[in-house]
Amino acid sequence: MSLLHRGRWITLLGLALLAGVYVRALAFTPVERLQGPAQKIYYLHVPAAIWAETAMVLVGLGSIFYLFLKDRRLDRFAAASAEVGTVFAAIVLTTGPIWGKPIWGTWWTWDARLTSTLLLFFLYIGYLLLRGAVRDPALGARYAAVLGICGMCLVPFIHLSVYLFRTLHPQPIILKPSAPSLPGSMLATWLFSLGVFTLLYVGFVTQRYALSLLWEERNGA
Amino acid sequence: MLLAEGLHHAFGRVVALDGVSFSLAPGQTLAIFGPNGAGKTTLLKVLAGLINPQAGSARVDGGRRAIGWIGHQSHLYGHLTVRENLLFWGSLYGLSAARRAARAAEVLARLDMSDRAGEPVWSLSRGLLQRAAIAKALLHDPAVLLLDEPFTGLDLAAAGQLRVLLGELHDGGRMMVLATHNVDEGAELATDVAFQRRGRFVHFAPRGTRSAAEIAAAYRRAMADG
Amino acid sequence: MAELLRQAWAVARKDLLLEFRTRTAIVSAVVFTALVLTVFNFGRDPTAVSALDLAPTILWVTFTFAAMLALNRAFQLELENQALEGLLVSPLSRTSLYWGKLLANLAFVAVVESVGLPLFVLFFNVPVGRVLLPLVAVIALATLGFVAVGTLFSALVIRTRFAELLLVVLLLPFLVPPLIGAVQVTARLLGDRPLSEAVGYLKLLAAYDIVFVSLASFLFRFTVDE
Repeated sequence: MSLLHRGRWITLLGLALLAGVYVRALAFTPVERLQGPAQKIYYLHVPAAIWAETAMVLVGLGSIFYLFLKDRRLDRFAAASAEVGTVFAAIVLTTGPIWGKPIWGTWWTWDARLTSTLLLFFLYIGYLLLRGAVRDPALGARYAAVLGICGMCLVPFIHLSVYLFRTLHPQPIILKPSAPSLPGSMLATWLFSLGVFTLLYVGFVTQRYALSLLWEERNGA
Repeated sequence: MLLAEGLHHAFGRVVALDGVSFSLAPGQTLAIFGPNGAGKTTLLKVLAGLINPQAGSARVDGGRRAIGWIGHQSHLYGHLTVRENLLFWGSLYGLSAARRAARAAEVLARLDMSDRAGEPVWSLSRGLLQRAAIAKALLHDPAVLLLDEPFTGLDLAAAGQLRVLLGELHDGGRMMVLATHNVDEGAELATDVAFQRRGRFVHFAPRGTRSAAEIAAAYRRAMADG
Repeated sequence: MAELLRQAWAVARKDLLLEFRTRTAIVSAVVFTALVLTVFNFGRDPTAVSALDLAPTILWVTFTFAAMLALNRAFQLELENQALEGLLVSPLSRTSLYWGKLLANLAFVAVVESVGLPLFVLFFNVPVGRVLLPLVAVIALATLGFVAVGTLFSALVIRTRFAELLLVVLLLPFLVPPLIGAVQVTARLLGDRPLSEAVGYLKLLAAYDIVFVSLASFLFRFTVDE
C-alpha cells in the first residue's frame, strides 16, 4: 500500500471515530451544569488546540534536525506538519467563537488564549508564505527551517503572556499541576477525542508528506 | 593549491554542476569557457565558499583570506568614496589600520586611480567602477583570483587594460580561474583551458602552444557536437 | 571573540557611515514617527479616553512601526552592487555580520526613539520626568528583543519576492510578546504604580531578549548563504 493510501485510511478511520466521539459526547456524557450543551464543543476545541500547538513544536524539531542532517524527509515532514497545524488552528479559531457566543455573550474577545491561537495561526500563515516565496527548493527549505525553529521558541513566550494577562478564558481543567477536576465520564470522552485527533494529525501529515514526495518526483527536484 | 573534487550541485531540477574535478597550482590560470547557464558562476561560487556543493568538495589553501573575487558586480557601496570602500573591505580581511591605508594607496596607484580615491563610487563610470572593483579584489593580495565574466560591459580600451593587468597579475605567481561565455576573451592569459557545458567539463587540458584562435575553433566544435 | 567583535564593529560602522551619508532612511523614519503620533492624536476622542490610558499603546505601536522601516533597510543596502556577495566571500564570519547589522539597526532605532519619545511627551502631555531612567531601560529591553528577531528575518526575506511585505507578516507574531511586556511595564511606570507589579513582564522581556538574541546569532548563518 502506498504512503498516500495509508495516510488516507488513517484519516478516514480518524473521521469515523470523530463521529463516534460526538455520539458519545452528545448521548452518553452528562451535560455540564453551568455551560449547558455549549460545553460539548470542548471535545473538539481543546484537542484541536493541543495539536495545533504540538504541530508547531514538531515543525521546530523537524527543522532543527533538517538544518544539521540536511535530510529532505525532515523538511517534508516539517512542511506537512505546518499545514496540518494551520488547519487545526483554524478549527480552534472557529469553534472558540461558536462556544463564546452563548457563554461569554460575544463572538470574539481578546482573551489571551484565543489571541495566542490567533498568533499561532498567523505564525503558520507566515511560514507557509515564506515557503511559497522562495524559488529554489533547497533554499526555501533552509529558510523555512530557520523560521520554524524561531516559531517553536515563540510558543512558550505566547504562553507566558497567557498567565500574565488577565483572562476571561476558563482556566485549564486537565493539564494543570493539581489533579484533573473533570468528572470521569467527561474525562473519558475527552481522552477519546484527543486520541482521535492524534490519529487525524498522523493521517493528514502522512498524506501531505506523500503528496510532496509525489510532487518532487514529478518535477524531478 | 586549489582543489575541486567531484562537485555536484543542482537548483531544483536545473543541474549546475555535474561531477567537476580539477586542481590548480601557483602560476596556473584556468580559463573556463561555456554558454550562459553552463554552471560557470556556480562553480566559481563553490570555489569561493558562497555555495556549499550538494556533493564533492572544494578547497583553497588559506581559505577565504586567500581569495579575491571579481564578478559582474563591484561589491562597492555607492555612497562611500573609493577609499572608504577599500578601507572597509581591508578591515574585513584583517589588515591593520596602517596596512590597509598603505595597501589602498598602492592598489589605487597601480590601477591609475589615485586621483579618484575621494570620489563617491556612484559617480564613477562603468570602466572606472570595474577598476575600483579590481582594486578591492587585490587589496589583500590574494593568492587566488576568481573572475566571473570580468570583460562584460567594458569598452575596448578598458578591456585591453584589464587584459594587460591580468597578465601582470598572472606573472606574479597567482592562481586564477577565469569564467566567460566569450571564447575570444582571455584565452591568451590561460595556462589551462576548460569548456563547460550543462555542469560538466567537456574539455579540460593545458593550453600548451595553442593560439587563442585555435582554442576558439575547438570550442565551437565542442559546442556543436551533441 | 575579539576578532568577532572587531568585524561586527567594522560592519556596523560602515552601515552607520552609509546612513549618515544619505540620511534618507533615518529622516524618513523620524518623520514617519512624528506622523504616526499625529495620526494617533486624531484617532482618539480626548473627552472619552484620557491620554494617559492610551499613552503606552501609542508609544509602542509607533516604535514598532518605525523599527520595521529600519529592518527593511538593513539588508537592502547590501544589494547595491551585490555587496552582500562580497561580504560572504570575505573572511567575515556570519555571526559578526549578524551582530554588525544588529548593532547598526539598534543605533538606527535608538535615534528614532530618542526623537519619538520627546515628541510623544509633547503631543500627549504625559509627564515622564520622574520615571525617565526606568522608561529608557524598558525601551532598550524591549527594542533589543524585536530588533534581534527582525534583523534575522530581514536576512531571511532578502532573496524572496515581496520582501518588505513578507518581513512584516513574519515579524508580527514575534512582536507581540515584547509589545505586551513593554506596554504593560510602561503603563505601570506612567501610572506611578510600584515596579514590583511589573516584575513578571520584565522577566518576560529579559527572557525574550536572551532567547532570541542567542537563537538569531546561531541561526543567522543559515540565512545569508545561497
